[in-house]
Amino acid sequence: MIGRLLRRDLVCRQAVELVTDYLEGVLPEPDRERFEAHLRACVGCEEYLRQVRLTIELLGRAEPDDLAPKTRSGLIDLYREFQAQG
Amino acid sequence: MSDGDLVQRLRSGDESAFAELVDAYHPSLVRVAMAFVRSRAIAEEVAQDTWVAVLRGIGRFEGRSSLKTWTFHILANRARTTGVREQRTVAVDVGDSSTVDGRRFDDVGAWADPPAPWTDAVEDQIEAVKLAERALAAIAELPGSQRAVVTLRDVEGLSSREACDVLDISEANQRVLLHRGRARVRATLEHEEVAK
Repeated sequence: MIGRLLRRDLVCRQAVELVTDYLEGVLPEPDRERFEAHLRACVGCEEYLRQVRLTIELLGRAEPDDLAPKTRSGLIDLYREFQAQG
Repeated sequence: MSDGDLVQRLRSGDESAFAELVDAYHPSLVRVAMAFVRSRAIAEEVAQDTWVAVLRGIGRFEGRSSLKTWTFHILANRARTTGVREQRTVAVDVGDSSTVDGRRFDDVGAWADPPAPWTDAVEDQIEAVKLAERALAAIAELPGSQRAVVTLRDVEGLSSREACDVLDISEANQRVLLHRGRARVRATLEHEEVAK
């Protein structure tokens, strides 16, 4: 059964749905091999995976959006109130 | 700055330490709270309550998790309590699972319209900063539970285990939400890249 799965080609439409399991390291071994074999042969899916990785990287280095001044001063007031109460 | 320093400064009543924390995490706290409650205004309230709880609890903080993870735990607990009143929990929709527009593939499922390379844009530092801002903005468009998972995992860098603990969902459900969320953010960036 597994041998048959391994031989059967993965199509791009299926491969893109395995990207997260692959990056999370939870793809079972035969599926991981099949996925990697597909990537080696498929420029489109290789680029897709690269873009998902870049997306993750971009999200990781995004600066937190600036707080609205009112929100920020409200939170600082909250802090001062808290301190004043001891 | 290390957690130890921040915790010490918070305990000693250093307002600037609190301001640093607020600047760093408040936007993400609101984003995550939105997974549980119905409006942005309520999410803001939950995030505010969280800061009060952080100040109250900092004396007891033992550092078994990072200050960040601990703060998100408090947030999720409070949001959950509020969310229950609003009949909301983290929803995992198990419907259609394709994350790439089916029209991009041909009859046998191979790319008909493959993704065009992004190379130039991302290697340019200034472009990359802009793209990072757009990626963050794209999160705002995600359904609440996807937004919460992507925020915790990719913006705040929590581990899969930590994110599951905070949101009280299974690893499998967390991956489904992460998968869909990331795919949508990628698609948004692709759209803007192509549109240029």
